[in-house]
Amino acid sequence: MINYWPLLGIALVVLGFALRFNPLLVVAVAAIATGLLGGMPFLKVLAALGHGFNENRNVTIIYIVLPVIGLLERYGLQQQARALISRMRGATTGRVLVVYLAFRQIFAALGLTSVAGHPQTVRPLVAPMALAAAEKEHGPLDEDTSERVKAMSAATDNVGLFFGEDIFIAISSILLIQGALKAYGIELTPFELSVWAIPSAICAFLIHSMRLLLLDLRLRKRSR
Amino acid sequence: MINSHWLYVLAGIAFASFAVASARNRANPKRWGNSAFWSLLALSFWFGDFLGDIGNGILVLALVALAGLRMLGPAAKQSTTAEQRQGFSQRYGNKLFLPALIIPFTAFLGTLLFTYTPLKDDGLLDPKSVTLVLLGLGVIIALIVCYVWLRPPAMAAVDEGGRLADSIGWALVLPQMLAALGAVFAAAGIGTTIGAVAGSIIPQGSIFLAVLLYALGMVVFTIIMGNAFAAFPVMVAAIGFPILIQQDGGRAAVIGAVGMLAGYCGTLMTPMAANFNIVPAALLELKDQYGVIRVQIATAIPLLICNILILYLAGFHL
Repeated sequence: MINYWPLLGIALVVLGFALRFNPLLVVAVAAIATGLLGGMPFLKVLAALGHGFNENRNVTIIYIVLPVIGLLERYGLQQQARALISRMRGATTGRVLVVYLAFRQIFAALGLTSVAGHPQTVRPLVAPMALAAAEKEHGPLDEDTSERVKAMSAATDNVGLFFGEDIFIAISSILLIQGALKAYGIELTPFELSVWAIPSAICAFLIHSMRLLLLDLRLRKRSR
Repeated sequence: MINSHWLYVLAGIAFASFAVASARNRANPKRWGNSAFWSLLALSFWFGDFLGDIGNGILVLALVALAGLRMLGPAAKQSTTAEQRQGFSQRYGNKLFLPALIIPFTAFLGTLLFTYTPLKDDGLLDPKSVTLVLLGLGVIIALIVCYVWLRPPAMAAVDEGGRLADSIGWALVLPQMLAALGAVFAAAGIGTTIGAVAGSIIPQGSIFLAVLLYALGMVVFTIIMGNAFAAFPVMVAAIGFPILIQQDGGRAAVIGAVGMLAGYCGTLMTPMAANFNIVPAALLELKDQYGVIRVQIATAIPLLICNILILYLAGFHL
Protein backbone atom coordinates (compact mmCIF):
# COMPACT_ATOMS: atom_id res chain seq x y z
CA MET A 1 0.00 0.00 0.00
CA ILE A 2 1.47 3.32 -1.04
CA ASN A 3 1.30 6.20 1.43
CA TYR A 4 -0.10 9.21 -0.42
CA TRP A 5 -0.03 11.57 2.61
CA PRO A 6 3.49 12.94 1.99
CA LEU A 7 2.13 14.51 -1.22
CA LEU A 8 0.49 17.06 1.11
CA GLY A 9 4.01 18.46 1.53
CA ILE A 10 3.88 19.56 -2.10
CA ALA A 11 0.51 21.21 -1.49
CA LEU A 12 2.11 23.11 1.42
CA VAL A 13 4.80 24.47 -0.91
CA VAL A 14 2.15 25.69 -3.38
CA LEU A 15 0.08 27.26 -0.60
CA GLY A 16 3.08 28.86 1.14
CA PHE A 17 4.34 30.43 -2.08
CA ALA A 18 0.83 31.55 -3.07
CA LEU A 19 0.45 33.27 0.33
CA ARG A 20 3.91 34.84 -0.13
CA PHE A 21 5.59 33.54 3.00
CA ASN A 22 9.39 33.61 2.98
CA PRO A 23 10.42 30.84 0.54
CA LEU A 24 13.10 29.46 2.91
CA LEU A 25 10.45 29.14 5.61
CA VAL A 26 8.03 27.46 3.20
CA VAL A 27 10.65 24.96 2.08
CA ALA A 28 11.68 24.08 5.65
CA VAL A 29 8.07 23.66 6.85
CA ALA A 30 7.20 21.58 3.79
CA ALA A 31 10.27 19.38 4.32
CA ILE A 32 9.42 18.71 7.96
CA ALA A 33 5.70 18.12 7.25
CA THR A 34 6.51 15.76 4.39
CA GLY A 35 8.88 13.73 6.55
CA LEU A 36 6.41 13.49 9.43
CA LEU A 37 3.55 12.50 7.09
CA GLY A 38 5.87 9.89 5.59
CA GLY A 39 6.07 8.28 9.05
CA MET A 40 9.55 9.52 10.02
CA PRO A 41 10.17 10.70 13.62
CA PHE A 42 11.02 14.43 13.98
CA LEU A 43 14.72 13.96 14.72
CA LYS A 44 15.10 11.73 11.69
CA VAL A 45 13.46 14.38 9.49
CA LEU A 46 15.75 17.04 10.94
CA ALA A 47 18.75 14.81 10.28
CA ALA A 48 17.63 14.16 6.68
CA LEU A 49 17.22 17.90 6.12
CA GLY A 50 20.62 18.69 7.66
CA HIS A 51 22.30 15.87 5.74
CA GLY A 52 20.73 17.00 2.44
CA PHE A 53 21.80 20.59 3.10
CA ASN A 54 25.38 19.63 3.96
CA GLU A 55 25.74 17.28 0.98
CA ASN A 56 24.58 20.01 -1.43
CA ARG A 57 26.97 22.77 -0.36
CA ASN A 58 28.51 22.74 -3.83
CA VAL A 59 25.27 24.33 -5.10
CA THR A 60 26.10 27.51 -3.15
CA ILE A 61 29.85 27.59 -3.84
CA ILE A 62 29.46 29.77 -6.95
CA TYR A 63 29.06 32.84 -4.70
CA ILE A 64 32.80 32.91 -3.99
CA VAL A 65 32.90 35.05 -7.18
CA LEU A 66 30.97 37.92 -5.52
CA PRO A 67 34.04 39.83 -4.24
CA VAL A 68 35.54 39.91 -7.76
CA ILE A 69 32.28 41.03 -9.43
CA GLY A 70 31.62 43.61 -6.69
CA LEU A 71 35.13 44.99 -7.03
CA LEU A 72 34.74 45.35 -10.81
CA GLU A 73 31.32 46.99 -10.41
CA ARG A 74 32.96 49.52 -8.10
CA TYR A 75 35.23 50.42 -11.04
CA GLY A 76 32.41 50.79 -13.58
CA LEU A 77 31.91 47.27 -15.06
CA GLN A 78 28.17 47.85 -15.51
CA GLN A 79 28.67 51.29 -17.07
CA GLN A 80 31.17 49.81 -19.50
CA ALA A 81 28.79 46.98 -20.44
CA ARG A 82 26.13 49.61 -21.17
CA ALA A 83 28.53 51.65 -23.31
CA LEU A 84 29.47 48.51 -25.24
CA ILE A 85 25.82 47.62 -25.97
CA SER A 86 24.61 51.14 -26.73
CA ARG A 87 27.15 51.47 -29.52
CA MET A 88 25.19 48.82 -31.46
CA ARG A 89 22.83 51.36 -33.05
CA GLY A 90 20.67 51.60 -36.17
CA ALA A 91 18.42 48.79 -34.98
CA THR A 92 14.76 47.90 -34.59
CA THR A 93 13.20 46.69 -31.33
CA GLY A 94 13.42 43.10 -32.50
CA ARG A 95 17.06 43.38 -33.58
CA VAL A 96 18.10 45.15 -30.37
CA LEU A 97 16.56 42.31 -28.38
CA VAL A 98 18.06 39.60 -30.64
CA VAL A 99 21.51 41.12 -30.02
CA TYR A 100 20.82 41.20 -26.29
CA LEU A 101 19.60 37.58 -26.39
CA ALA A 102 22.86 36.50 -28.03
CA PHE A 103 24.90 38.58 -25.56
CA ARG A 104 23.00 37.14 -22.59
CA GLN A 105 23.28 33.53 -23.80
CA ILE A 106 27.00 33.78 -24.57
CA PHE A 107 27.87 35.48 -21.30
CA ALA A 108 25.74 33.01 -19.32
CA ALA A 109 27.47 30.14 -21.13
CA LEU A 110 30.80 31.58 -19.93
CA GLY A 111 29.48 31.53 -16.37
CA LEU A 112 29.00 35.30 -16.29
CA THR A 113 25.36 35.07 -15.24
CA SER A 114 25.41 38.12 -12.97
CA VAL A 115 26.91 40.67 -15.40
CA ALA A 116 23.31 41.16 -16.57
CA GLY A 117 19.83 40.80 -15.11
CA HIS A 118 16.54 42.58 -14.56
CA PRO A 119 17.73 45.26 -12.14
CA GLN A 120 21.23 45.65 -13.61
CA THR A 121 20.56 45.72 -17.36
CA VAL A 122 16.90 45.25 -18.34
CA ARG A 123 15.39 48.22 -16.51
CA PRO A 124 18.14 50.82 -17.07
CA LEU A 125 19.29 49.69 -20.51
CA VAL A 126 17.49 47.03 -22.52
CA ALA A 127 13.85 48.08 -22.07
CA PRO A 128 14.59 51.79 -22.75
CA MET A 129 16.61 50.86 -25.85
CA ALA A 130 13.84 48.55 -27.13
CA LEU A 131 11.21 51.26 -26.53
CA ALA A 132 13.38 53.95 -28.14
CA ALA A 133 13.92 51.80 -31.22
CA ALA A 134 10.15 51.21 -31.53
CA GLU A 135 9.37 54.94 -31.17
CA LYS A 136 12.04 55.91 -33.68
CA GLU A 137 10.53 53.57 -36.28
CA HIS A 138 6.83 53.86 -35.56
CA GLY A 139 6.16 57.09 -33.63
CA PRO A 140 4.58 57.27 -30.15
CA LEU A 141 3.37 53.90 -28.82
CA ASP A 142 -0.02 53.12 -27.31
CA GLU A 143 -0.05 51.55 -23.85
CA ASP A 144 -0.62 47.96 -24.97
CA THR A 145 2.33 48.17 -27.35
CA SER A 146 4.77 49.67 -24.86
CA GLU A 147 3.68 47.06 -22.25
CA ARG A 148 4.40 44.33 -24.77
CA VAL A 149 7.84 45.74 -25.68
CA LYS A 150 8.81 46.04 -22.01
CA ALA A 151 7.52 42.55 -21.16
CA MET A 152 9.42 41.15 -24.14
CA SER A 153 12.64 42.79 -22.88
CA ALA A 154 12.29 41.00 -19.54
CA ALA A 155 11.35 37.73 -21.27
CA THR A 156 14.45 37.97 -23.47
CA ASP A 157 16.68 38.20 -20.41
CA ASN A 158 15.06 35.11 -18.88
CA VAL A 159 15.28 33.02 -22.06
CA GLY A 160 18.93 34.04 -22.60
CA LEU A 161 19.88 33.24 -19.03
CA PHE A 162 18.01 29.92 -18.69
CA PHE A 163 19.16 28.50 -22.02
CA GLY A 164 22.73 29.76 -21.80
CA GLU A 165 23.82 29.06 -18.23
CA ASP A 166 23.75 25.27 -18.40
CA ILE A 167 26.51 25.32 -21.03
CA PHE A 168 28.86 26.57 -18.30
CA ILE A 169 30.39 23.62 -16.48
CA ALA A 170 30.45 25.11 -12.99
CA ILE A 171 26.88 26.38 -12.79
CA SER A 172 24.84 25.12 -9.85
CA SER A 173 22.21 23.30 -11.93
CA ILE A 174 24.84 21.20 -13.70
CA LEU A 175 26.33 20.33 -10.31
CA LEU A 176 22.85 19.43 -9.05
CA ILE A 177 22.25 17.11 -12.03
CA GLN A 178 25.65 15.51 -11.43
CA GLY A 179 24.86 15.03 -7.73
CA ALA A 180 21.36 13.62 -8.35
CA LEU A 181 22.64 11.03 -10.85
CA LYS A 182 25.58 10.13 -8.61
CA ALA A 183 23.04 8.97 -6.03
CA TYR A 184 22.18 6.17 -8.50
CA GLY A 185 25.81 5.26 -9.15
CA ILE A 186 26.06 7.18 -12.44
CA GLU A 187 29.33 9.16 -12.48
CA LEU A 188 29.32 11.95 -15.09
CA THR A 189 31.66 14.93 -15.39
CA PRO A 190 30.08 18.43 -15.61
CA PHE A 191 31.52 18.64 -19.13
CA GLU A 192 29.58 15.58 -20.38
CA LEU A 193 26.37 17.18 -19.10
CA SER A 194 26.91 20.76 -20.24
CA VAL A 195 27.57 19.64 -23.85
CA TRP A 196 23.95 18.44 -23.99
CA ALA A 197 22.68 21.90 -23.10
CA ILE A 198 23.91 23.20 -26.47
CA PRO A 199 21.14 21.82 -28.79
CA SER A 200 18.43 23.33 -26.55
CA ALA A 201 20.33 26.63 -26.42
CA ILE A 202 20.33 26.80 -30.22
CA CYS A 203 16.58 25.99 -30.37
CA ALA A 204 15.88 28.66 -27.74
CA PHE A 205 17.84 31.26 -29.73
CA LEU A 206 16.04 30.40 -32.99
CA ILE A 207 12.53 30.28 -31.52
CA HIS A 208 12.83 33.43 -29.43
CA SER A 209 14.63 35.38 -32.19
CA MET A 210 11.83 34.51 -34.59
CA ARG A 211 9.29 35.86 -32.10
CA LEU A 212 11.31 39.06 -31.68
CA LEU A 213 11.43 39.62 -35.44
CA LEU A 214 7.68 38.89 -35.61
CA LEU A 215 7.27 41.64 -32.99
CA ASP A 216 8.90 44.04 -35.49
CA LEU A 217 6.35 43.00 -38.14
CA ARG A 218 3.54 43.50 -35.68
CA LEU A 219 4.80 46.98 -34.74
CA ARG A 220 5.03 47.89 -38.41
CA LYS A 221 1.47 46.68 -39.05
CA ARG A 222 0.16 48.65 -36.08
CA SER A 223 1.82 51.92 -37.17
CA ARG A 224 0.22 51.76 -40.60
CA MET B 1 45.55 15.89 -3.66
CA ILE B 2 43.43 19.02 -3.85
CA ASN B 3 39.75 18.08 -3.48
CA SER B 4 36.45 19.80 -2.79
CA HIS B 5 37.27 20.22 0.92
CA TRP B 6 39.91 22.81 0.05
CA LEU B 7 37.26 24.69 -1.86
CA TYR B 8 34.82 24.49 1.05
CA VAL B 9 37.50 26.13 3.21
CA LEU B 10 37.80 28.91 0.60
CA ALA B 11 34.01 29.31 0.45
CA GLY B 12 33.96 29.49 4.26
CA ILE B 13 36.49 32.32 4.07
CA ALA B 14 34.29 34.11 1.49
CA PHE B 15 31.15 33.84 3.64
CA ALA B 16 33.05 34.84 6.79
CA SER B 17 34.24 37.93 4.89
CA PHE B 18 30.61 38.73 3.92
CA ALA B 19 29.74 38.46 7.62
CA VAL B 20 32.51 40.94 8.49
CA ALA B 21 31.43 43.32 5.70
CA SER B 22 27.76 43.18 6.78
CA ALA B 23 28.71 43.94 10.38
CA ARG B 24 30.92 46.86 9.27
CA ASN B 25 28.03 48.42 7.31
CA ARG B 26 26.68 50.82 9.96
CA ALA B 27 24.22 52.37 7.48
CA ASN B 28 22.22 49.10 7.40
CA PRO B 29 19.74 48.65 10.31
CA LYS B 30 19.69 44.88 9.63
CA ARG B 31 23.44 44.46 9.62
CA TRP B 32 23.55 41.99 12.54
CA GLY B 33 20.93 39.73 10.95
CA ASN B 34 22.88 39.70 7.71
CA SER B 35 26.11 39.08 9.58
CA ALA B 36 24.65 36.16 11.55
CA PHE B 37 23.27 34.59 8.34
CA TRP B 38 26.64 34.66 6.53
CA SER B 39 28.43 33.49 9.71
CA LEU B 40 26.20 30.41 9.82
CA LEU B 41 27.01 29.66 6.18
CA ALA B 42 30.74 30.05 6.89
CA LEU B 43 30.28 27.63 9.79
CA SER B 44 28.51 25.19 7.44
CA PHE B 45 31.33 25.30 4.88
CA TRP B 46 34.12 24.96 7.45
CA PHE B 47 32.64 22.49 9.93
CA GLY B 48 29.61 20.94 8.17
CA ASP B 49 31.25 17.51 8.10
CA PHE B 50 31.86 17.57 11.86
CA LEU B 51 28.47 18.89 13.01
CA GLY B 52 26.59 15.65 12.38
CA ASP B 53 23.25 15.43 10.55
CA ILE B 54 21.18 16.78 13.45
CA GLY B 55 23.68 19.59 14.04
CA ASN B 56 23.37 20.56 10.37
CA GLY B 57 19.58 20.34 10.67
CA ILE B 58 19.66 22.82 13.56
CA LEU B 59 21.92 25.09 11.50
CA VAL B 60 19.32 24.98 8.70
CA LEU B 61 16.55 25.88 11.15
CA ALA B 62 18.63 28.84 12.40
CA LEU B 63 19.10 30.11 8.81
CA VAL B 64 15.36 29.71 8.18
CA ALA B 65 14.52 31.53 11.43
CA LEU B 66 16.69 34.53 10.47
CA ALA B 67 15.04 34.72 7.04
CA GLY B 68 11.51 33.97 8.28
CA LEU B 69 11.70 36.64 11.01
CA ARG B 70 12.77 39.19 8.36
CA MET B 71 16.10 39.89 10.01
CA LEU B 72 17.92 40.24 6.67
CA GLY B 73 17.98 43.31 4.46
CA PRO B 74 20.13 44.95 1.78
CA ALA B 75 22.09 48.16 2.33
CA ALA B 76 20.84 51.20 0.45
CA LYS B 77 24.13 52.92 -0.34
CA GLN B 78 26.77 52.03 -2.93
CA SER B 79 30.48 52.48 -2.38
CA THR B 80 31.16 54.69 -5.41
CA THR B 81 28.63 57.01 -7.11
CA ALA B 82 27.27 56.49 -10.61
CA GLU B 83 29.35 59.47 -11.82
CA GLN B 84 32.55 58.02 -10.35
CA ARG B 85 31.77 54.68 -11.97
CA GLN B 86 31.16 56.38 -15.31
CA GLY B 87 34.57 58.01 -14.95
CA PHE B 88 36.28 54.72 -14.09
CA SER B 89 34.53 53.04 -17.04
CA GLN B 90 35.87 55.68 -19.43
CA ARG B 91 39.32 55.39 -17.90
CA TYR B 92 39.63 51.59 -17.93
CA GLY B 93 37.39 50.80 -20.94
CA ASN B 94 36.78 47.26 -22.15
CA LYS B 95 39.77 45.99 -20.14
CA LEU B 96 37.33 45.89 -17.19
CA PHE B 97 35.85 42.71 -18.71
CA LEU B 98 39.19 40.87 -18.55
CA PRO B 99 39.38 40.14 -14.78
CA ALA B 100 35.77 38.94 -14.93
CA LEU B 101 36.72 36.61 -17.78
CA ILE B 102 39.70 35.14 -15.86
CA ILE B 103 37.30 33.09 -13.71
CA PRO B 104 35.36 31.22 -16.42
CA PHE B 105 38.43 30.77 -18.59
CA THR B 106 40.52 29.33 -15.76
CA ALA B 107 37.70 26.89 -15.00
CA PHE B 108 37.07 26.02 -18.63
CA LEU B 109 40.66 25.68 -19.90
CA GLY B 110 41.79 24.00 -16.69
CA THR B 111 38.99 21.45 -16.97
CA LEU B 112 40.00 20.62 -20.54
CA LEU B 113 43.65 20.38 -19.43
CA PHE B 114 42.90 18.07 -16.52
CA THR B 115 40.43 15.91 -18.48
CA TYR B 116 42.13 15.39 -21.84
CA THR B 117 45.89 15.64 -21.17
CA PRO B 118 48.30 13.49 -19.09
CA LEU B 119 47.85 16.03 -16.26
CA LYS B 120 44.69 14.15 -15.29
CA ASP B 121 46.78 11.24 -13.97
CA ASP B 122 49.30 13.21 -11.93
CA GLY B 123 47.07 13.22 -8.85
CA LEU B 124 47.27 16.95 -8.19
CA LEU B 125 43.52 17.53 -8.39
CA ASP B 126 40.70 15.23 -7.37
CA PRO B 127 39.09 14.38 -10.76
CA LYS B 128 35.58 14.62 -9.27
CA SER B 129 35.94 18.28 -8.28
CA VAL B 130 38.33 19.62 -10.94
CA THR B 131 35.92 22.28 -12.21
CA LEU B 132 35.08 23.69 -8.80
CA VAL B 133 38.70 23.73 -7.62
CA LEU B 134 39.66 25.60 -10.80
CA LEU B 135 36.80 28.03 -10.25
CA GLY B 136 38.28 28.81 -6.84
CA LEU B 137 41.72 29.21 -8.40
CA GLY B 138 40.22 31.60 -10.99
CA VAL B 139 38.69 33.73 -8.23
CA ILE B 140 42.05 33.98 -6.44
CA ILE B 141 43.90 34.93 -9.64
CA ALA B 142 41.22 37.51 -10.60
CA LEU B 143 41.39 39.07 -7.11
CA ILE B 144 45.18 39.37 -7.31
CA VAL B 145 44.93 40.95 -10.79
CA CYS B 146 42.29 43.44 -9.56
CA TYR B 147 44.38 44.48 -6.58
CA VAL B 148 47.57 44.89 -8.59
CA TRP B 149 45.83 46.74 -11.46
CA LEU B 150 43.11 48.84 -9.82
CA ARG B 151 44.76 49.35 -6.38
CA PRO B 152 41.47 49.51 -4.43
CA PRO B 153 41.37 50.11 -0.64
CA ALA B 154 42.48 46.99 1.29
CA MET B 155 38.98 46.00 2.47
CA ALA B 156 37.27 46.76 -0.87
CA ALA B 157 36.85 43.14 -2.01
CA VAL B 158 35.37 42.17 1.36
CA ASP B 159 32.97 45.13 1.42
CA GLU B 160 31.88 44.78 -2.20
CA GLY B 161 31.33 41.01 -1.88
CA GLY B 162 29.32 41.60 1.29
CA ARG B 163 27.28 44.33 -0.40
CA LEU B 164 26.34 41.99 -3.26
CA ALA B 165 25.61 39.12 -0.86
CA ASP B 166 23.36 41.40 1.24
CA SER B 167 21.47 42.48 -1.87
CA ILE B 168 20.80 38.84 -2.82
CA GLY B 169 19.97 37.95 0.79
CA TRP B 170 18.28 34.68 1.79
CA ALA B 171 17.63 33.84 -1.89
CA LEU B 172 21.32 32.90 -2.05
CA VAL B 173 20.71 29.62 -0.19
CA LEU B 174 17.28 28.86 -1.69
CA PRO B 175 18.68 26.48 -4.37
CA GLN B 176 20.64 24.56 -1.71
CA MET B 177 17.53 24.44 0.52
CA LEU B 178 15.47 23.10 -2.37
CA ALA B 179 18.11 20.43 -2.96
CA ALA B 180 17.77 19.50 0.73
CA LEU B 181 13.96 19.43 0.32
CA GLY B 182 14.50 17.03 -2.57
CA ALA B 183 16.54 14.80 -0.24
CA VAL B 184 13.73 14.79 2.35
CA PHE B 185 11.17 14.10 -0.39
CA ALA B 186 13.29 11.12 -1.43
CA ALA B 187 13.57 9.87 2.17
CA ALA B 188 9.78 10.21 2.64
CA GLY B 189 9.19 8.21 -0.53
CA ILE B 190 7.65 11.01 -2.65
CA GLY B 191 9.58 9.83 -5.69
CA THR B 192 8.22 6.30 -5.19
CA THR B 193 4.69 7.63 -4.83
CA ILE B 194 4.84 9.86 -7.91
CA GLY B 195 6.69 7.09 -9.71
CA ALA B 196 3.86 4.66 -8.83
CA VAL B 197 1.32 7.18 -10.11
CA ALA B 198 3.41 7.79 -13.22
CA GLY B 199 4.06 4.06 -13.64
CA SER B 200 0.33 3.40 -13.63
CA ILE B 201 -0.08 6.00 -16.41
CA ILE B 202 2.83 4.93 -18.62
CA PRO B 203 1.91 2.14 -21.03
CA GLN B 204 4.74 -0.37 -20.76
CA GLY B 205 7.15 -0.49 -23.66
CA SER B 206 6.50 2.95 -25.10
CA ILE B 207 9.75 4.89 -24.78
CA PHE B 208 8.28 8.00 -26.38
CA LEU B 209 5.38 8.19 -23.93
CA ALA B 210 7.79 7.69 -21.03
CA VAL B 211 9.95 10.57 -22.35
CA LEU B 212 6.84 12.71 -22.77
CA LEU B 213 5.70 12.01 -19.22
CA TYR B 214 9.19 12.71 -17.82
CA ALA B 215 9.37 16.09 -19.60
CA LEU B 216 5.79 17.09 -18.78
CA GLY B 217 6.36 15.96 -15.19
CA MET B 218 9.39 18.27 -15.00
CA VAL B 219 7.28 21.14 -16.38
CA VAL B 220 4.26 20.63 -14.11
CA PHE B 221 6.40 20.08 -11.02
CA THR B 222 8.52 23.15 -11.85
CA ILE B 223 5.39 25.27 -12.28
CA ILE B 224 4.19 24.09 -8.85
CA MET B 225 7.53 24.57 -7.06
CA GLY B 226 8.73 27.61 -9.04
CA ASN B 227 12.11 25.99 -9.48
CA ALA B 228 13.37 23.19 -11.72
CA PHE B 229 15.98 22.32 -9.07
CA ALA B 230 13.29 20.94 -6.77
CA ALA B 231 11.50 19.07 -9.53
CA PHE B 232 14.64 17.42 -10.88
CA PRO B 233 15.57 14.95 -8.09
CA VAL B 234 11.92 13.86 -7.84
CA MET B 235 11.44 13.24 -11.55
CA VAL B 236 14.79 11.45 -11.81
CA ALA B 237 13.76 9.20 -8.94
CA ALA B 238 10.29 8.59 -10.42
CA ILE B 239 10.90 8.17 -14.15
CA GLY B 240 14.34 9.37 -15.26
CA PHE B 241 16.45 6.72 -13.55
CA PRO B 242 14.20 3.65 -13.14
CA ILE B 243 12.40 3.83 -16.50
CA LEU B 244 14.39 5.91 -18.98
CA ILE B 245 17.96 5.04 -17.90
CA GLN B 246 17.70 1.64 -16.23
CA GLN B 247 14.82 -0.05 -18.06
CA ASP B 248 15.02 1.55 -21.51
CA GLY B 249 18.79 2.17 -21.60
CA GLY B 250 18.69 5.92 -22.35
CA ARG B 251 21.86 8.04 -22.35
CA ALA B 252 22.16 9.37 -18.79
CA ALA B 253 23.84 12.69 -19.70
CA VAL B 254 20.97 13.59 -22.06
CA ILE B 255 18.24 12.49 -19.64
CA GLY B 256 19.85 14.64 -16.94
CA ALA B 257 20.81 17.78 -18.87
CA VAL B 258 17.82 18.07 -21.21
CA GLY B 259 15.37 16.98 -18.51
CA MET B 260 16.49 19.99 -16.46
CA LEU B 261 16.04 22.26 -19.50
CA ALA B 262 12.50 20.94 -20.04
CA GLY B 263 11.90 22.10 -16.48
CA TYR B 264 13.23 25.56 -17.38
CA CYS B 265 10.38 25.81 -19.93
CA GLY B 266 8.10 25.48 -16.90
CA THR B 267 10.05 28.21 -15.06
CA LEU B 268 9.11 30.60 -17.90
CA MET B 269 5.42 29.93 -17.22
CA THR B 270 5.08 30.15 -13.42
CA PRO B 271 4.48 33.05 -11.02
CA MET B 272 6.23 30.90 -8.38
CA ALA B 273 9.55 31.85 -10.03
CA ALA B 274 9.03 35.32 -8.65
CA ASN B 275 12.46 36.80 -9.17
CA PHE B 276 12.34 36.04 -12.91
CA ASN B 277 8.66 36.62 -13.68
CA ILE B 278 7.03 38.85 -11.05
CA VAL B 279 9.83 41.14 -9.85
CA PRO B 280 10.67 42.35 -13.41
CA ALA B 281 7.00 43.20 -14.04
CA ALA B 282 7.22 45.48 -10.99
CA LEU B 283 10.64 46.86 -11.97
CA LEU B 284 9.36 47.79 -15.44
CA GLU B 285 6.10 49.18 -14.00
CA LEU B 286 3.86 46.90 -16.06
CA LYS B 287 0.09 47.19 -15.50
CA ASP B 288 -0.30 43.41 -15.64
CA GLN B 289 1.80 41.62 -13.02
CA TYR B 290 1.66 38.47 -15.19
CA GLY B 291 2.69 40.44 -18.31
CA VAL B 292 6.14 38.83 -18.49
CA ILE B 293 4.72 35.30 -18.15
CA ARG B 294 2.12 36.02 -20.85
CA VAL B 295 4.74 36.88 -23.48
CA GLN B 296 6.96 33.96 -22.40
CA ILE B 297 4.39 31.21 -22.99
CA ALA B 298 4.69 31.37 -26.78
CA THR B 299 8.45 30.79 -26.48
CA ALA B 300 8.19 28.16 -23.75
CA ILE B 301 5.80 25.76 -25.51
CA PRO B 302 7.63 25.35 -28.86
CA LEU B 303 10.89 25.13 -26.90
CA LEU B 304 9.42 22.38 -24.74
CA ILE B 305 8.50 20.44 -27.88
CA CYS B 306 12.12 20.81 -29.08
CA ASN B 307 13.43 19.55 -25.73
CA ILE B 308 11.14 16.52 -25.83
CA LEU B 309 12.42 15.68 -29.33
CA ILE B 310 16.05 16.16 -28.21
CA LEU B 311 15.44 13.88 -25.21
CA TYR B 312 13.92 11.22 -27.44
CA LEU B 313 16.36 11.41 -30.36
CA ALA B 314 19.66 12.09 -28.56
CA GLY B 315 18.73 9.99 -25.52
CA PHE B 316 17.77 6.86 -27.41
CA HIS B 317 18.52 7.02 -31.13
CA LEU B 318 21.87 8.76 -31.68
